[in-house]
Amino acid sequence: MKKTGAQIIIELLERQGVKTVAGIPGGATLPLYDALGQSNIRHVLTRHEQGAGFIAQGMARVTGKAAVCLGTSGPGATNLLTAIADARLDSIPLVAITGQVPSSMIGTDAFQEVDTYGLTLPITKHNFLVRTTEELLRVIPEAFGIAESGRPGPVVVDVPKDVQMREIEFEAWPEPGGRTSPLSPEAGAVEQMARMIGEAKRPVLYIGGGITASDCCAELRKLARKNSLPVACTLMGLGTVSADNPLYLGMLGMHGSRSTNFVLEEADLLIGIGVRFDDRATGKLEEFCPNAAIIHVDIDKSEIDKLRPVNLAVAADAAKVVRRLVELVDDDERSQWMKRIAHLRTLHSEEIPEPENNAHPLNIIRAVADIADPDTIIATDVGQHQMWVAQSYPFRTPRTLLTSGGLGTMGFGMPAAIGAALAQPGKRVVCFSGDGSILMNIQELATMADHNLPVTVIILNNGHLGLVRQQQELFFGNRITASKFTTTPDFAALALAFGVRGVSLAGTNDPRTALAEAMTGNGPCIVDAPIDYAENVFPMVPPGAANRDMIGGEANA
Amino acid sequence: MPSPVIELLVNNHPGVMSHITGLFSRRAFNLEGILCGTVGTGEKSRMFLMVNEDKRLTQLIKELERLHDTLSVTLRNDIDHHIFDPLKVES
Ligand SMILES: Cc1ncc(C[n+]2csc(CCOP(=O)(O)OP(=O)(O)O)c2C)c(N)n1
Repeated sequence: MKKTGAQIIIELLERQGVKTVAGIPGGATLPLYDALGQSNIRHVLTRHEQGAGFIAQGMARVTGKAAVCLGTSGPGATNLLTAIADARLDSIPLVAITGQVPSSMIGTDAFQEVDTYGLTLPITKHNFLVRTTEELLRVIPEAFGIAESGRPGPVVVDVPKDVQMREIEFEAWPEPGGRTSPLSPEAGAVEQMARMIGEAKRPVLYIGGGITASDCCAELRKLARKNSLPVACTLMGLGTVSADNPLYLGMLGMHGSRSTNFVLEEADLLIGIGVRFDDRATGKLEEFCPNAAIIHVDIDKSEIDKLRPVNLAVAADAAKVVRRLVELVDDDERSQWMKRIAHLRTLHSEEIPEPENNAHPLNIIRAVADIADPDTIIATDVGQHQMWVAQSYPFRTPRTLLTSGGLGTMGFGMPAAIGAALAQPGKRVVCFSGDGSILMNIQELATMADHNLPVTVIILNNGHLGLVRQQQELFFGNRITASKFTTTPDFAALALAFGVRGVSLAGTNDPRTALAEAMTGNGPCIVDAPIDYAENVFPMVPPGAANRDMIGGEANA
Repeated sequence: MPSPVIELLVNNHPGVMSHITGLFSRRAFNLEGILCGTVGTGEKSRMFLMVNEDKRLTQLIKELERLHDTLSVTLRNDIDHHIFDPLKVES
């Protein structure tokens, strides 16, 4: 066969099963785009490369398979960085292919030259600067293999223009890259886990994104049920266990449920699976689960003992561990521990807003949950609205919450929702955003309009960078610096300007009907939902404090 | 106590050194000595990194092992420090 580097890349993507890619072309990717034009891969033209990166993330978060974004050299690559870093922190499989100036010009400060390799080194799982066209035959499948295997993550492949243009003769196509067989636990480790669980009086499962990544949610639910293990979830773990499961404790940590944090205080065994003891989840580390022995299961052994020394380390695939563990643990009702948990839940119940307060963010979120199908994909941006959704939306299935957990990137929501809608044709996706976050990738309204995607964006509009204002109120003497907007756009009119339906809930006395309409019919819809700016996310653990020291939100205070 | 030395066997290509040193620089962790050369036919390199005793070393070693181009990592306390001597000559 005789093919150019660009043709090789595109055909290898086809062979990987890639159906959709997102990006923006430029000088250094002209050959690549020329080849893309001849293939049946759908290209989603975004209006900013960060949008392309988050659209790819949306696709990857929904399918679990590596998704692809493209950017040209220089500014195209730098615009992708945030989305790549975001994928790294949330362990999302992503392959970013960037154009680079011709090999002979690298290092000369050529037009649109930037050291993409150097810039992406600390924010990728791995990265490549391709030196010859021949190398592409190895690098592209390998990039997918790395992105999807073990702990997933982003991979950058930087391809100089001459490498894309050169034609080479080769014999055969390589095998597509994919997930390698995951790590098995060491002999005896799971048996030891089962013994520790058997001996524990007050065990708690602490689970995160690793359960979804290793695709063992059903087994985890079975494990919890068989041995009556209560389950606390991190932000990335929401949806693993259905919100109405009696063993589900809710989210732990900084904005977790009050009772969850108190249950963890009393635990004598913490079984962490697919988690990384992130500071937002643990609060002050030395005081996290002070009475518990700790078991930590993670596919990435560098996560184990990183922050908190453990009693039992199991560096292995969560699915392999959980499947075996279900067989080994006893049937147990743990009636005393269950009674204690029920008591803690009544003692530390959550404050519930007045049901008639239509403009309360929690009521808006509940109303959306009532209207939406149970498995509707919900994307969020970053801020108070994100935490309100995490606290109160009843997630029932894995991969239904798309949120920027580790990096906390404002601007994540709408492009991620676009990616989800592309990956799941025909199903409506909802994005909760804030009036701050939405403007960070507002240009993607045009992309959404291009494809007439069924995405409903609900902007919980408080005229502020709400989460910043909240922290200034609580921890900086209510001195509001740079967190109140002087002007806010008319979001409904803005949507119209992009050719998208837009509605405002201001002044409606029937917001439920307005929301229901916004969530039906064809194509995108933007909903501007004004809320009281003074509303805070409670409870809140002050940064650096122990999880037991939550402020606010007590129903019985 | 002599300073510990991390011995690495890695794939030999232009980006490997940056991947490795990046793990140290992000932590503001100084490398006291670096010695590096190709092994055999040049597909692989061996590196000796002299470091100061530090409680973060265990974590660093795990992250070095996690790098895609790392083939093996050993923390050694038996390396003859004279191998770094030529670096010390002031000129
Ligand atoms: C890109 C980026 N810049 C800054 C921040 C810091 N930050 C965290 S939350 C927040 C406010 C978000 O405001 P908005 O989107 O309106 O949501 P709200 O908190 O009001 O619900 C800011 C500025 C961030 N997370 N991401």
